[in-house]
Amino acid sequence: MTRECSLLLPRVCAALADPRLPSSDDTCLEKLLDWFRELAESDPTVKLMQDNPCLTEFITSILALPEPSPSILSFTLRLAGILAASENRFQHLQQEQLLVRLFGRDGPLNSSLWEDASVRSGWVEGVHSMMHHQPALHFLCHGGGINTIFTLQGDPSLFVASAASQLLVHMLTLSVESETTKPLTTKDCDWPACARMIIKHIEDSLQSSSASDIEQSLKLLTGLFGSCRAAWTEVLWLGIVKQIKSFLMEETVRAPHALANLLLNMTWSPVFCNDEGSFWALVTSALEHFTPIEASPLAVGILRLYKCPQDVRIQALTVLLQPMDCILRAASQPLEYAGLLDESVSDPITVESLLSSKSSCAGLLCQTLAHLEELLSLVLLPVELPYPSLLRSLMTILQFCNGSVNPTSPLGSTISRILVNCFRVQRSALDVLAALSERKGCDTLIEDLFDVLLAYLESPNTSPTVLKKTFHATSKWLARLQELSCSNNQWQQTEKILKDVFLVLQKRLCSPCWEVRDSSLEFLTVLIQCLRDQDEFRQSLLSSEVPRLTESLLEDPESYVRASAVTAVGHLAFITYFAPESPVAGNLCNKEVSFTANTVAKLQEILSTDPEGFPRRAVISIFTKWLRQGCTGQLEDAEQFVSRVIQTVVHDLDWEVRLGGLELVEVFYTQTICQLGLPKCPYAPVSSAVTTSVPQDESLQIFCRAKLFSFLFQSLCDCDKPVAQRACDILLALRVTFHPISTLKDSQGAGDSPAGCGIAWLQRTLSQGSLAQNFPIDGANGVDFQDPESMMLALGTIDLEELHDELNKSSDHVEKSPQSLLQDILATVGTIKENEADCY
Amino acid sequence: LFQYCLSGHPTLPCNVLKFKSTTIMLDCGLDMTSTLNFLPLPLVQSPRLSRLPGWVLKDGSTFLDKELKECSGHVFVDSVPEFCLPETELLDLSTVDVILISNYHCMMALPYITEYTGFTGTVYATEPTVQIGRLLMEELVNSIERVPKAQSASMWKNKEVQRLLPAPLKDAVEVSMWRKCYTMPEVNAALSKIQLVGYSQKIELFGAVQVTPLSSGYALGSSNWIIQSHYEKVSYVSGSSLLTTHPQPMDQASLKNSDVLILTGLTQIPTANPDGMVGEFCSNLAMTVRNGGNVLVPCYPSGVIYDLLECLYQYIDSAGLSNVPFYFISPVANSSLEFSQIFAEWLCHNKQTKVYLPEPPFPHAELIQTNKLKHYPSIHGDFSNDFKQPCVVFTGHPSLRFGDVVHFMELWGKSSLNTVIFTEPDFSYLDALAPYQPLAMKCVYCPIDTRLNFIQVSKLLKEVQPLHVVCPEQYTQPPPTQSHRTDLMIDCQPPPMSYRRAEVLTLPYKRRYEKIEIMPDVS
Repeated sequence: MTRECSLLLPRVCAALADPRLPSSDDTCLEKLLDWFRELAESDPTVKLMQDNPCLTEFITSILALPEPSPSILSFTLRLAGILAASENRFQHLQQEQLLVRLFGRDGPLNSSLWEDASVRSGWVEGVHSMMHHQPALHFLCHGGGINTIFTLQGDPSLFVASAASQLLVHMLTLSVESETTKPLTTKDCDWPACARMIIKHIEDSLQSSSASDIEQSLKLLTGLFGSCRAAWTEVLWLGIVKQIKSFLMEETVRAPHALANLLLNMTWSPVFCNDEGSFWALVTSALEHFTPIEASPLAVGILRLYKCPQDVRIQALTVLLQPMDCILRAASQPLEYAGLLDESVSDPITVESLLSSKSSCAGLLCQTLAHLEELLSLVLLPVELPYPSLLRSLMTILQFCNGSVNPTSPLGSTISRILVNCFRVQRSALDVLAALSERKGCDTLIEDLFDVLLAYLESPNTSPTVLKKTFHATSKWLARLQELSCSNNQWQQTEKILKDVFLVLQKRLCSPCWEVRDSSLEFLTVLIQCLRDQDEFRQSLLSSEVPRLTESLLEDPESYVRASAVTAVGHLAFITYFAPESPVAGNLCNKEVSFTANTVAKLQEILSTDPEGFPRRAVISIFTKWLRQGCTGQLEDAEQFVSRVIQTVVHDLDWEVRLGGLELVEVFYTQTICQLGLPKCPYAPVSSAVTTSVPQDESLQIFCRAKLFSFLFQSLCDCDKPVAQRACDILLALRVTFHPISTLKDSQGAGDSPAGCGIAWLQRTLSQGSLAQNFPIDGANGVDFQDPESMMLALGTIDLEELHDELNKSSDHVEKSPQSLLQDILATVGTIKENEADCY
Repeated sequence: LFQYCLSGHPTLPCNVLKFKSTTIMLDCGLDMTSTLNFLPLPLVQSPRLSRLPGWVLKDGSTFLDKELKECSGHVFVDSVPEFCLPETELLDLSTVDVILISNYHCMMALPYITEYTGFTGTVYATEPTVQIGRLLMEELVNSIERVPKAQSASMWKNKEVQRLLPAPLKDAVEVSMWRKCYTMPEVNAALSKIQLVGYSQKIELFGAVQVTPLSSGYALGSSNWIIQSHYEKVSYVSGSSLLTTHPQPMDQASLKNSDVLILTGLTQIPTANPDGMVGEFCSNLAMTVRNGGNVLVPCYPSGVIYDLLECLYQYIDSAGLSNVPFYFISPVANSSLEFSQIFAEWLCHNKQTKVYLPEPPFPHAELIQTNKLKHYPSIHGDFSNDFKQPCVVFTGHPSLRFGDVVHFMELWGKSSLNTVIFTEPDFSYLDALAPYQPLAMKCVYCPIDTRLNFIQVSKLLKEVQPLHVVCPEQYTQPPPTQSHRTDLMIDCQPPPMSYRRAEVLTLPYKRRYEKIEIMPDVS
């Protein structure tokens, strides 16, 4: 602790303990506790308390108050806990009788303040903080505090209840691990006293008739098995397994969710997952006895495991897929499809009844679909799902939802009636459909699948959110379709589907709903990104009206749509304007729908005149993308292009646009250096004829001509920090390029030349950062930003590292210090005092 | 309590209720689908239509070739279109005491009832219903009368002959009941028998029954009716909507505690969500115009067109269609657009509040001011001078058999750049297009029907809990083309009682109490 803080702390403690003053705000108190925790952890001795007797005095004075404020009392409890975390300080506080008075029977526990949840929470946290040594353990167990924790497990405040449960887990682990001398086994389990009390509490609660007692114990066990993987947990488990089994045998399983969580946590523990029989038999039993909705989370958890007996995995798969299987069977003729599951392992009656009920059908399906999506999103799925049947089932669900399936069974009719126009199920099914595109084996169904997707894309009844998800799924499957076409040469099918997709996209681009226009443009962009190398795709796209309509949306009244249109037009340019050699693009030109330089001019106009930020950000982003992909060479001279763009964005009010401009500059810089063969770009082919000085001069001249330096130095003083930081990073990179060896020159010592004076001015200006007013870039003050020599001098002279460090300091680096925190608390108190004086 | 069912069309109902010695007709809808069997009436000579070959029987007989013409495999009657009237034989219509009209679409048969049956009672309807109903009738009469047809076909109606005809003429029902359109004097005479009523106004009928119109939310002035005595309450729900469109919202609360609820006029396209369809309409319109094509929207001169124009008002600029002219052509176009702006008290809350601002309730006024929307009584005159392409034309009639729409179908049908967008759900678009085949222009079907769907009905019935529901038989089973869609039928307990054309129902409610007053001298 610094001397300043030691001087301030007594005043702060006194202020906090003064009941006449309102409590300091919670954030300050939390920060104060964080600081005390740091101090306490760095030195376990009593020195902290000896050097700062005000801490003990503070606790004493709070205890002396007849009715302290709940927040200060809570703070005191937590502070005492933090201090008592080391055995020495614990003893010190015990000697003063402070811990007993705070955490014992006569403390807040029995006062009216205990009604306040923040006091109970502070008590639990305080105990948790001190629980690092046996004396603390004995203090709690022998002082009766442990019974309070047992009670707090059922606290009406969920935060307190959860904290109490975690505390018990911590105490049990601490007790067993610090108080046993030999490993515990099933034959010899002499639990330490504290552990014995907790285990007895668990056993008693499990045998209780109260559902909430059972649930609390199950939660405690879940926490224990989730955090502790020691062998003794098995000993504990063997003592309660009979009771757990009995829960599963009841007609209605009690606390099924807590039970499922417990079993799931145990499956991850090496103590149990290597078990040969009984544990997994219990898991199987749970899967059988839970209702489908209860069993599904357990099933999906099991299917994520790599280490799991095969029969349990099959059982879990059965549970998860049963609703999908029922859907398939309900919609199809008997024996038409094989279904997803072997009938011998599945008993569909319960699932069928849930699917037949209006209140449970959508819920069950959405849960199943969410779990399937979760599984399919795993890169490595430990279990192989029956993908074709799953896809067929998904398609059936989607057809039920738009009323296009004609079921033959009574169950199918009921489900159809329930699911028609159910957007929730539609959204979930489309999510899974998109995830399924990554999996192999569904190729034979692809044509039917696109019939379903196109029906959704075309239907006026499709809601905007469902449409967005349909677009997503369609783009994923179109990419898959292209892969397939490449391998089996079935281009006709692909062309027909693409034609239909563009026909419907054309209509959607004209939708009066801006969300639809926006997601249509996003869809188009994604398609171009994925498929622009495919001739069939380009042909279908360019022969449709989509490019022309997209371009017209650059003038859409909705800014989001304009931004999406900019992005889409920017991507379209890759297959039109930037690929003139392509026969497809040639064809486009013949149709007089080509992208011309007007399109580029239009984007530049948006950048300089659009009143909204989103379209301007989109333009600068597209320009950067074009430059990165080397397209601007055909636009015009890249140098002129970059120069013009940065002169536009430098005045932009949106910092993200200015930041985008810097990104453009960075790409331009990298490319120029690469082209001229400087070592910045290690992969660039270096011509043997290139010398080190010639390209260096040339590139510097290019940067000066493009007015890069004025933009960069001006950005260094930007009032938005990310802009200044990025500019600084780029200037540092430039300096490394042009001054490979750090040779900072003194600006004063750079001579009394006009350039030297200018640089000195520049350095002074930059040191003011964002406070610098009216940054002149026109050569006033002796700095010519287009003069290579001056810029070389500037790069070599200005201490960019220092600027970099300064910019990278967080904005509250001063305010974050403990000293500042203490001063803040005092200042608040002082202000209040002044106000009080004013009042009287 | 008896119900005589005079119409088989669930959205163009005509029922007669005998209740406590009063005879009350509930709506008198006119089924115009019969006109689909006729050739269109072109405004200018159509060489294509006049060249159509006469129909020849299989045995080579040619006696019908003047009456029936063949076009792309379909046979049409070459005569003035005729309409299928409600049943007139089931009961003596001269005994009808009152006619209650629920909306302007459900009064199109009124002149046939009031002027041909000896009817001497009173007709009750709201003011917008009468005014807009008059416009619809005027447009109908005008469209047919301005293209006089030299011949009138009747031979094909002979039962022996009809049996030999191809479908759908062979299967057409009650062809002997089909009648030519009424005349304007008949319209005026019929409308003169109407007494105007306001929402929630209680009207006593002979001291025995009280009838009350309630807002139904479907169209300007559209109503449901409560018919009640001291101890019985019958609700008549016809053409209602829970969507937020231009009319006043539906009054559901007053329908509670009904003994019998007669439910008609549900959406004809239960699978189409009106919002989605409006989106589809706009998308197709924009796509066509951007490609240089024209858009034709066959429509009625009132109703959904107001919502479409409002939607386009918001969409035009965003779709870059500011320079595309929108034309509304109807003999009553001007009146329709103006009427809509003056019925403030019949509009939804949002539009009512605009009355207090210096802006009209409907934004089509601004479209007119800015010359984006132009309206004409017909294609002749000013329109031919102003006409610019590409453009969007709203015109009638949705059956494509008469009105200015026939001209545009002939004019634009040959180009695939053009699109006809069907928004009215009353006619099968394929049947409507049949006499124009082969057709190059694109056809888009975006039926916009804001009336109650089956989910809404289910919620409504749960809310108002009538003891018994009576409805057309079509609502008690899934649509024939989607037999698996069991969600597309009324689902309530006890199951609804269904009716069909020409059926007489004894409604499932027995009167138990009667309020009587005993004169002191009798007691």
